[in-house]
Amino acid sequence: MLLIPCPYCGERDETEFSYGGEAHIARPKEPEKLSDAEWADYVFMRPNSKGILLERWVHTHGCRRWFNAARDTVTYKIHAVYKMGEKPPRVPKTDYV
Amino acid sequence: MTARYSIFSLVRNALSYHENWPEAWRSPEPKPSYDVVIVGGGGHGLATAYYLAKEHKITNVAVIERGWLGGGNTGRNTTIVRSNYLWDESAALYEHALKLWETMSQELNYNVMFSQRGVLNLAHNQHDLRELSRRVNANRLNDIDSELLDARQVKEFCPIIDLRTNGRYPVLGASLQRRGGTARHDAVAWGYARAADALGVDIIQECPVTGFRISNGRVQAVETAKGTIEAKKVALCVAGHTSVLAELAGFRLPVHSVPLQALVSEPVKPILDCVVMSNAIHAYVSQSDKGELVIGAGTDKFIGYGQRGSLPVTEETLAAVCELFPMFRRLRMMRQWGGTVDTCPDASPIVSKTPVDGLYVNGGWGTGGFKSTPGAGWVFAHTIAEDRPHPLNEAFDMNRFVSGYLIDEHGAAAVAH
Repeated sequence: MLLIPCPYCGERDETEFSYGGEAHIARPKEPEKLSDAEWADYVFMRPNSKGILLERWVHTHGCRRWFNAARDTVTYKIHAVYKMGEKPPRVPKTDYV
Repeated sequence: MTARYSIFSLVRNALSYHENWPEAWRSPEPKPSYDVVIVGGGGHGLATAYYLAKEHKITNVAVIERGWLGGGNTGRNTTIVRSNYLWDESAALYEHALKLWETMSQELNYNVMFSQRGVLNLAHNQHDLRELSRRVNANRLNDIDSELLDARQVKEFCPIIDLRTNGRYPVLGASLQRRGGTARHDAVAWGYARAADALGVDIIQECPVTGFRISNGRVQAVETAKGTIEAKKVALCVAGHTSVLAELAGFRLPVHSVPLQALVSEPVKPILDCVVMSNAIHAYVSQSDKGELVIGAGTDKFIGYGQRGSLPVTEETLAAVCELFPMFRRLRMMRQWGGTVDTCPDASPIVSKTPVDGLYVNGGWGTGGFKSTPGAGWVFAHTIAEDRPHPLNEAFDMNRFVSGYLIDEHGAAAVAH
């Protein structure tokens, strides 16, 4: 069970949250000009990082607000959480192969 | 050629107290260069090596494995084999695999304990039932054995299932594939390793890949912990780490690596002689030859390479299993673990060429990699040898995410991706 520190409510059990995948994916500014390959990249391609991943969570069974987390996808340690719209915090870089 | 296993070799070795069995495969140091280097020594990588050597006569091949053979998802799955997929493309691929399963023990001279005990997929509501009947009909059109059972027939086929009307998960019916079943997962890796080794393939364990040497858009060599290995062609069979290695080679894939959990109970006397799966409640159960109940759980929702998941997933699965099989409530669970599975957005695999010449990828099998082991190895070997896909895996090209020709198998893949 992950303990996830919601920036609004504090630490809560993982079962209260839903996962939103990778954060900071910018919606294309001029969608009508995108090629099929660029669409595929925006819709499907993800870094799927091994190490620190900036990702979105929503506190579904709590405050129902979205926020971002910087989590290590190997140790599952959550290094930092930050609110939507905020800049990602600096976290130690990991190097896994 | 390695000595054949037979009743006579068993008796002969019994006389010397089983102390003189030869090694099943060699453990050579890597040569400076190979025609094909396969990254990943699980079932898929070893099967690919075997079919490259056997079907395509390419024997200057190395399989390099970060850990030990079959120590990843090959040794972590719940060993279920079936081919009842919905779409023509998947049905053809998985059915090809199932046919290879049926002759595998003979062909490899290695008992993979393939047991066609029948696989039930339960329907718990009207919608499930309609979806299942659609899939059964699709299977039959594709010449795959598949039957729709009503509740009474389910009870006859699997008497220990609880069908009282006040159950939390009422069973309205099920699909049954009688040719489906289970196999001994480690034996699959070992059998392919031994057979590939006998054909001249070098198997190199404890040798992680740290990078690729690529020039002019063509792969030249693989950088490993045991030095640089030159290769005319490089093939990736690394399951959960597919996107990690793709990143090293400079391209992106649409996969998510998530933990998939499983667990086994204490061993008990024979009680369950088929495989029971339920998509809706993320539970699938069979009984191993040792007597343990092998239980598959769902995937965790978050990306994770830790080969372990969270307990709520296990808890949910066990709650469902106890509801379906009340007699299992007093069983104690012995071990629980996770594997890292790379899931695609359409729950179908990628067996494909890549933007890098000479580099091929076999991944994205998500939660269904084990059952496809021989078929995946067979079509992947063809793709590598001929530098173009076999008709069976043409549709599983990585460019389908650009063209939009997705093969949505979320229903048949059983575990929600």
